[in-house]
Amino acid sequence: MSGALRPLVRLHAVSRDFDVSRPWLNRVLEGVPRQLLRAVDGVSFELRRGETLALVGESGCGKSTVARLIVGLHAPSAGRIEFDGVDLASPGASSLRRRMQMIFQDPYASLNPRWRVRDIVAEPIRVLGVARSKSEIDERVAEQLRQVRLAPEDGEKYPHEFSGGQRQRISIARALSGKPEFLVCDEPTSALDVSVQAQILNLMVALQGGLGLTYLFISHNLAVVSHVADRVGVMYLGRLVELAEAGELFARPRHPYTRMLLDAIPDLAMSGRRRTPVSGEVPNPLDPPAGCAFHPRCPHAGARCRSERPLPFADGPSLVACHAVQEGRI
Amino acid sequence: MSPPLLEVRDLRVEFPGRRGTLTAVDGVSFSIAPGEVLGIVGESGAGKSLTGMAIIGLLEPPGRIAGGEIRLEGERIDRLPQERMRRIRGRRIGAIFQDPLTSLNPLYSIGEQLVETIVTHLDIGTTRARERAVALLREVGIPAPEGRFEHYPHQFSGGMRQRVVIALALCAEPRLVIADEPTTALDVSMQAQIISLLKRLARDHATAVMLITHDMGVIAETADRVAVMYAGRIAELGPVRDVIHAPRHPYTAGLMGSIPKIALPAPGSGSPAPGPAAMRRPPLVQIEGSMPRLNAIPPGCAFHPRCPKRFERCVREHPEPIAAGTNRVACWLYADDRGAVEPR
Amino acid sequence: MGAVAGWLRRAWDHDLAWSFRRSPVAVAAALLTLLCVGGALLAPWVAPHNPFDAASLDLNDAFRPPAWLAQGEARYLLGTDDQGRDVLSTILYGARVSLGVGLASVLFAALLGVSLGLASGYVGGRLDAFIMRLADIQLSFPAILIALLIDGVARVALPRDTHDSIAIPVLILSIGIAGWVQYARTVRGSTLVERNKEYVQAARVIGRHPLAIMLHHVLPNVMGPVLVIATIHVATAIITEATLSFLGVGVPPTRPSLGTLIRVGNDFLFSGEWWITVFPGVALVVLVLAVNLLGDWLRDALNPKLR
Repeated sequence: MSGALRPLVRLHAVSRDFDVSRPWLNRVLEGVPRQLLRAVDGVSFELRRGETLALVGESGCGKSTVARLIVGLHAPSAGRIEFDGVDLASPGASSLRRRMQMIFQDPYASLNPRWRVRDIVAEPIRVLGVARSKSEIDERVAEQLRQVRLAPEDGEKYPHEFSGGQRQRISIARALSGKPEFLVCDEPTSALDVSVQAQILNLMVALQGGLGLTYLFISHNLAVVSHVADRVGVMYLGRLVELAEAGELFARPRHPYTRMLLDAIPDLAMSGRRRTPVSGEVPNPLDPPAGCAFHPRCPHAGARCRSERPLPFADGPSLVACHAVQEGRI
Repeated sequence: MSPPLLEVRDLRVEFPGRRGTLTAVDGVSFSIAPGEVLGIVGESGAGKSLTGMAIIGLLEPPGRIAGGEIRLEGERIDRLPQERMRRIRGRRIGAIFQDPLTSLNPLYSIGEQLVETIVTHLDIGTTRARERAVALLREVGIPAPEGRFEHYPHQFSGGMRQRVVIALALCAEPRLVIADEPTTALDVSMQAQIISLLKRLARDHATAVMLITHDMGVIAETADRVAVMYAGRIAELGPVRDVIHAPRHPYTAGLMGSIPKIALPAPGSGSPAPGPAAMRRPPLVQIEGSMPRLNAIPPGCAFHPRCPKRFERCVREHPEPIAAGTNRVACWLYADDRGAVEPR
Repeated sequence: MGAVAGWLRRAWDHDLAWSFRRSPVAVAAALLTLLCVGGALLAPWVAPHNPFDAASLDLNDAFRPPAWLAQGEARYLLGTDDQGRDVLSTILYGARVSLGVGLASVLFAALLGVSLGLASGYVGGRLDAFIMRLADIQLSFPAILIALLIDGVARVALPRDTHDSIAIPVLILSIGIAGWVQYARTVRGSTLVERNKEYVQAARVIGRHPLAIMLHHVLPNVMGPVLVIATIHVATAIITEATLSFLGVGVPPTRPSLGTLIRVGNDFLFSGEWWITVFPGVALVVLVLAVNLLGDWLRDALNPKLR
């Protein structure tokens, strides 16, 4: 595949386990085995240059872990992550990492409270060598702050002097100051008020257009996702259950879990639409159900669902991992 | 028209500090009828939680009620001594807070906590109290409640815990329940279940509910009327349908516009070419700036620096609530020509 | 100049300064500490006599009682000891040594403890387990014993003629090593919290070296409690040094600290010359009290900010 058409990011059957066992001594004394939490389980997808792919799901579905796997905060326990065709686990790949950056959820914990804003924004510039002399760095920092609609004088202040929305802008300025191509956004607006969220979402969309960025947008809020995403991936208990173009997913959701999620969104339009009552809760990830992880809550579960894990298949333009859909039952 | 269960008039909550006094709630007035769900919605810093705290008497010092009246079933409760207030809490006013983890005592089983609350507030024996507790757990949707009676809070998942908290709030048969962000810490699917539970319980027990949240969607599904708060004051108050679909106050209108809604694509759009999302959807309505901090509330109408429709009077004078159709709006746009204000 | 004035004004208005001005205990403690520390540091200039200048000593003036008693003299305000040394002057010089050793050992303990705590908390795993077990083992020994041990080992290991010159550094080392654990534990706890915060993750994503992250990102955020511990530790270090010197294994006799003075004066306690031991004792108590009070206030004043 030529460079222009090659996907920017590609995940092949990526899994990540966390060791949540009790300390060694306790295990020996109590005769309890090791416990592994499989936070991400065989996830595969691609990200095309310039697009926004959203990963949605409820807490514990593994979407944040996928984000952290891509930027290298965790190493995959299995599978491969490629950036621009290069396996990120290979030795020469570390130089590729400067082309990706991350924005975090908590505006209060994502900025070092003891650093001035200008140092926070300048850090990637210095470390990645985008500029060297003090005047050049100051110049770039001012430019970054202006780009997120803050004043260059704000560089002298400390994070606690800013509101949540402004801090998120500083985070964005920091992420973009290293001139990355790819931005991983982990619930960037979940901690913000709705009116501030609107400002940040508009800003992020505008920046994407202006700078030609590719976004991986993690969120639990489907309405927010519908506003920014080109394609949407739905995750449940570490697995990718559906992946489709945004319009298609919202108009014609295929997987029962996707339908349940869409159904559960509060009805702001007050159309008085009938809702299928939602049942059950997300099971304990340490002890996932056999076969399809969703089968205990699924109104369409069959015998095959209880024993055999569904693999994603193409249903029209979408990718779905569901036996019932594959068998044409729904 | 039955008399209101809860009546709040001109409530003011202040925080005296060494740099002056901060007014966190400034002249808030509303009432709740029995069996009604009133939503109090606002962004962080608007003062909605403090209003709830003031009503239930749990304001943290140095915060204090500096003015106004709170009447529960006609009786004033804002100036009661701590001991009297303690008896009202739980018995006549129940509370549900945001974090189910810290609302329950981790050292006691949920059964013990329920029975203790019931026995404290109602004059019945332990056996009857236990029966009542089990019935309540069943009502809030805990499966096989007799078996789970001895379980501790950590043995329940987040959604189940919140149900237990709701049961605890209701067990002494309060007339009013104050729910402060009851679904914020929960997943969307659990949120939906809790919302419908609250609605059903309010209806079945004829309990009034004061639902405090920042989530308009939850309000749309649950509330009968809604009050929109901004910088310690009520900007707009009215039936939920009217406030959401026909907001009068520019802040409410801006707020509704900034909420992303799932828009179904136009037919025949096919598979769009990869490109910035901005090309497909218009930007969300954006209110410039942010809610003022308590020590920097602008004179006149607190919203005027951000308001696209402000005029000269807004900068000078603090607007009192004015009737505008079914809603009550604190905005000079709705004052009649003589500048007089409609009586409340 | 204007910048300094501006800084002073802002410091005066700062929460910490306001809390300080509000508390009479803090002000009293500060004045007291200032008096003690000032007197100690400026001893050579402030002391009425130089008690270590053998030429200026007059054996006839030995055993003079304090000035307000019979046979006392105004120029020996607190009396003299068995060699004719002015007690007030010896106290001032002694306090200088006590304070010096106290501050130096605290500095050493803090450096050691903070580094180990940072490394332990940030790196985790085996390094963390190792350092913490080391800390646990050390905590099962009393601090004095550890200091005695190190001092004893040094005496045996080093040639006799270097003992006197090496004594003070060894003392500082031993008190320092006896005290690093509290810093390490606290810093480790704070580091564990900070390590999971998103600003640290952001620094990792940017690609910074773990050492750089520890020093530039985490360290500034975990230093808060260290200051409070250090202030209280100064008092403990001074007492430890005094105890060791009292036992005879602390500072060399050529540079007596308050502890040494107390010991030396002890011999004369029951023969009637009580002032030779009592006044250094009182001075020690006052110095330690002042430092403790200051530490208490500092802890309370910093608390809301730490939260």
